[in-house]
Amino acid sequence: MRRIFSAIASRVVIAVPYAWLLFFFLIPFVIVFKISLSDLAISMPPYTPALEGLRDFFARLSEFDLENYHLLMCDLLGYIGIGADLCQGGFSIDFFERPYLSVAYFSSLKIAAVSTFLTLLVGYPVAYAMARAPQSMRPTLLMLVILPFWTSFLIRVYAWIGILKPEGLLNQLLLNIGLVNEPLVIMNTNTAVYIGIVYSYLPFMVLPLYSALEKLDHSLIEAAQDLGCRPLSAFWKITFPLSLPGVVAGCLLVFIPAVGEFVIPDLLGGSRTLMIGKTLWSEFFNNRDWPLASAVAIILLLILVVPIVLFQRAQARAQE
Amino acid sequence: MNNGLSRFNVVSLVAGFAFLYLPILLLVIYSFNESRLVTVWSGFSTKWYVELFSNQGLLDAAWVTFRVALISATVATVLGTMAAITLTRHLRFRGRVLFTGMVFAPLVMPEVITGLSLLLLFVAVGLDRGFLTVTLAHITFSMCFVAVVVQSRLLTFDRSLEEAAMDLGATPVRTFFQVTLPVILPAVISGWMLAFTLSLDDLVIASFTSGPGATTLPMKIYSQVRLGVTPEINAVCTILIAVVTTGVIAASLLNKQREVQRARDEQAARKEGG
Repeated sequence: MRRIFSAIASRVVIAVPYAWLLFFFLIPFVIVFKISLSDLAISMPPYTPALEGLRDFFARLSEFDLENYHLLMCDLLGYIGIGADLCQGGFSIDFFERPYLSVAYFSSLKIAAVSTFLTLLVGYPVAYAMARAPQSMRPTLLMLVILPFWTSFLIRVYAWIGILKPEGLLNQLLLNIGLVNEPLVIMNTNTAVYIGIVYSYLPFMVLPLYSALEKLDHSLIEAAQDLGCRPLSAFWKITFPLSLPGVVAGCLLVFIPAVGEFVIPDLLGGSRTLMIGKTLWSEFFNNRDWPLASAVAIILLLILVVPIVLFQRAQARAQE
Repeated sequence: MNNGLSRFNVVSLVAGFAFLYLPILLLVIYSFNESRLVTVWSGFSTKWYVELFSNQGLLDAAWVTFRVALISATVATVLGTMAAITLTRHLRFRGRVLFTGMVFAPLVMPEVITGLSLLLLFVAVGLDRGFLTVTLAHITFSMCFVAVVVQSRLLTFDRSLEEAAMDLGATPVRTFFQVTLPVILPAVISGWMLAFTLSLDDLVIASFTSGPGATTLPMKIYSQVRLGVTPEINAVCTILIAVVTTGVIAASLLNKQREVQRARDEQAARKEGG
């Protein structure tokens, strides 16, 4: 009797979170995929889901087509500059004249890659210094890195508006000390987006770097230096390669969410800062084109599958 | 790796932390500014805080946010702890790879995708958008964060304690509640706090999954931020920062105390045992 009870208990422990994630994480993606294959007219709000019911909802979606993917494909072809004639009149949406979706995808990837690199540049010296700090100081330093992560993302991005805008605090300072003669235009540019991403994601970079650097055996570096290795070359030959797992984990933790970032480009970037998260948001909320937004999400997911799998591998390896 | 700090190390630390904290500090300082112009200091004043308490829309949003965070963090902690146990204790069952994937993917998944997909789910099953849907959405992504936090504690857990309890005749369920849970409790508590603040802070997923009457505080702040920087928003943000910071510091001090105590107890028990 007791054994049966225990067996049931362990089943429950597995089944409940499993079922929850299946229903609230995996099935939604299937639905996004289905909607991405449907027409604007079918799934555009206001539709009355309460009256339709589940079966009716899917029945209406069954007449799906590939229009949204066709659109995305043509957008890409237009971006590359070939096969534009193939796409003439292929779809009826005319509210954009240029291949803006592809531009958004590529510029998201570029902005995310550049900011990931900048975050690494800023984060590495901090993590390195933390790992070399006396043992007694480390918990406090760690706490100081983690604390901003608990503070609202939105608030931290908002804090930069007051600093970066033309009459903001940074420009006041620079004008007062005479470093510049007229206010720098940083707000509403890509530079502001870079600053925002580096700032917001810095803890994600520092923590994995720190945990890799902390394990490093310093006697290796001493040995290298005793044998005549210069400090800088000892760093590149020993420290950096050994910290590589932390570098990879940190870069993925910054890069993946940064590609789909919405708040930072929306608040700090300008109208010319195109990022796919912003595009998806405006397709969904402003143009109310749910199927196109879904197709955009599916393509974004496909782009991110490789880095996400890499991240999970790294995560699984760290567990062993 | 401890060889003292070089000058370069000290500069990195100071510059790094200045970069992390200066913007927040400036925001807090300017919430006490008398002038409506947020970038010109004209004297100390708490009037923006006083004004907040007469802003009914803001207070309503704060109350909604608090309830969503409380409920979602609690459910997410239960589910996340179960998921953590599954990850560390049940190493072989059908679909484990998929399960691991579903726990880790939400950690890095862009929020716009999570938000959109959850919204479409709620529409598909005919659930009206509002308080319930935001709460369900928050449970889903924060349970994965709880799972990771609790799992890392379970990995370093001394399993001989559990085995001893079972040898003495305790059921696995009883063993969990009397032996395992007390030991991993600090991690469970910090998991709960993480889930609570994630819910408190979330803008994107809430915007997708919320409906009329369930506007959360970040949604309210966002709609005002788009119009520009105002001292009222600085004041709201300062209150939020104060609440979260106090909570985190208090919890970490408490955790540290507990862990020291726990380690001492474990050692004493081991000594007595043999």
